Amino acid sequence: MRSAELKTEDLSPSDGVPSGSGSSVPHSALRTPRSQDPRWVRITLTSLALLAMTVLVVIPVISVFVEAFADGAGAYWNNLTGDADTRHAVLLTLMVAPLAVLCNLVFGVAAAWAITRFKFPGRTLLVTLIDVPFSVSPIVAGLMFVILFAGWGVFGPWLEANGLRVLFTVPGLVLVTTFVTLPFVARELIPVMEAIGPDEELAALSLGANGRQIFWRITLPNIKWGLLYGVILCNARAMGEFGAVYVVSGRIAGETCTMPLQVEVLFQDFNSPAAFALASVLTMLAVVTLLLKVWVEGRVRGQKAEGSEEPQMTQKDADKT
Amino acid sequence: MAQANPRILPGYRLSISFTLLYLSVLVIIPLGACVVTATQLTWDQFRAAVWTERARAAYALTFGASFIAACISAILGLLIAWVLVRYEFPGKRIFDALVDLPFALPTAVAGLVFSNLYVANGWLGRFLVPLGIEGAYSRLAVVLVLVFIGFPFVVRTLQPVLGALDAEAEEAAGLLGASRWQTFRRVTFPAILPGLLTGFALAFARGLGEYGSVVFVSGNMPFKTEIAAFLIVSRLEEGRPNSYREATAIATVLLAASFVMLVFINRLEALSRRSA
Repeated sequence: MRSAELKTEDLSPSDGVPSGSGSSVPHSALRTPRSQDPRWVRITLTSLALLAMTVLVVIPVISVFVEAFADGAGAYWNNLTGDADTRHAVLLTLMVAPLAVLCNLVFGVAAAWAITRFKFPGRTLLVTLIDVPFSVSPIVAGLMFVILFAGWGVFGPWLEANGLRVLFTVPGLVLVTTFVTLPFVARELIPVMEAIGPDEELAALSLGANGRQIFWRITLPNIKWGLLYGVILCNARAMGEFGAVYVVSGRIAGETCTMPLQVEVLFQDFNSPAAFALASVLTMLAVVTLLLKVWVEGRVRGQKAEGSEEPQMTQKDADKT
Repeated sequence: MAQANPRILPGYRLSISFTLLYLSVLVIIPLGACVVTATQLTWDQFRAAVWTERARAAYALTFGASFIAACISAILGLLIAWVLVRYEFPGKRIFDALVDLPFALPTAVAGLVFSNLYVANGWLGRFLVPLGIEGAYSRLAVVLVLVFIGFPFVVRTLQPVLGALDAEAEEAAGLLGASRWQTFRRVTFPAILPGLLTGFALAFARGLGEYGSVVFVSGNMPFKTEIAAFLIVSRLEEGRPNSYREATAIATVLLAASFVMLVFINRLEALSRRSA
């Protein structure tokens, strides 16, 4: 969207010059608003879209907060902080999600470096493999780890013999959350690094920089916004994950219940106000995620526009000559 | 191949071995273990596990509700994407950002809220239930919540496609005397069809695996409102000697379905990239 706007701005002065070349036709087409739809069509479609968005998104979000604060702010605060299990759930989520994000951050950078900077057989397969966790149902993801670590499972007997447990413990939660959110950072970084290309890194190398210097001075500054974008999405999913942790956690209140699981526990206990209070915290996290996302998107786009400056310059020069 | 891009930059071995190790531990070994466990059943046992009457009802609901929800998502998503790309109205940027909310909102919250909105005394249920529309603890509830989860996929795949559409073709059609509706049907729609199908497929695939939100709204009654993912969980928790194998068998059915969708979506994306 933005790039199209930029282009029109850049090219509009040349429209004034009667250059006589046929290229002015698409410019004017770009400048005119695309829609020649009659007014009643525009109004009807816009109202329908807004109605759909209101029913599907706006009303649910508002109702979370109305329900959470139904008995006043005091009751709300008490619902959140009065129950030891709920407090534990909040802390657990604040521990599990960052750990999973950290693992996938390191993985994402390594995978993007390998995939975009080198050619090797099976590269496309690797990219597809990274996408797999997105297409696996969270329940199936949880089940996969139950199969690995349950007493009857693949590593179960060995774990038991060594007095270790993964299932129904925090490491199990981290593991399964990491699986579910695995693609986020890598998927975001691969196209970004592909677009930037290896030229700057190669130049640094030829000037005698070592691997660490290249990464910290060249690569990281170039990819930081893309990286942050991936981390934000990854974190939102990690905090909100339900199905996969539902299966591996055993849902032991006060021990392995993360925030979304605790919402379910409270809901099953017919403690609706407390469930909504906790849900409102998760909703606020989602809203903050959205705000951060919009902010970072602006930065990423700005970076892309900077990157694409060169061809536009040549285009302009060509117009002048 | 190596000649085309010699491995000049450092870190090839480190990054590729870490990537492969990580993927092996987290993806390949767990997936393999799941498939191997399913194959430990004989063919008859496998069929008995995945083709019970209860399982069939669960597949029918999972696939049926996902399909209907994906169809509704496709229509709604097209409408919303169209309005966001082509029209101007106050608050447009906020609505644009709100489209992503279902991605960011934990599914458990979505389930909790939707079940609460559509019950008889809920905000929307109080108008709908008297009309006989049960939007909570019913099959309709599953469809509703899957539309919420699915429509952003359609909007987000269609927005760039609509934005990049060539205005000339539409103008030409208009100049040649086509009505707006004809132009849409003959010129615009064929151009956005691959994108629309991709969005549809993404929404459908997401619906097949969805658990968190559905478990809150459906009521999970066997034969009626139980989805396949819930059946896996209940089999797993039955604790009979063979029940985890049965759970795994049903899981492989879901896995197979999601891999078919993954391949299908990859094809579609390649197709729409070529036509763009």
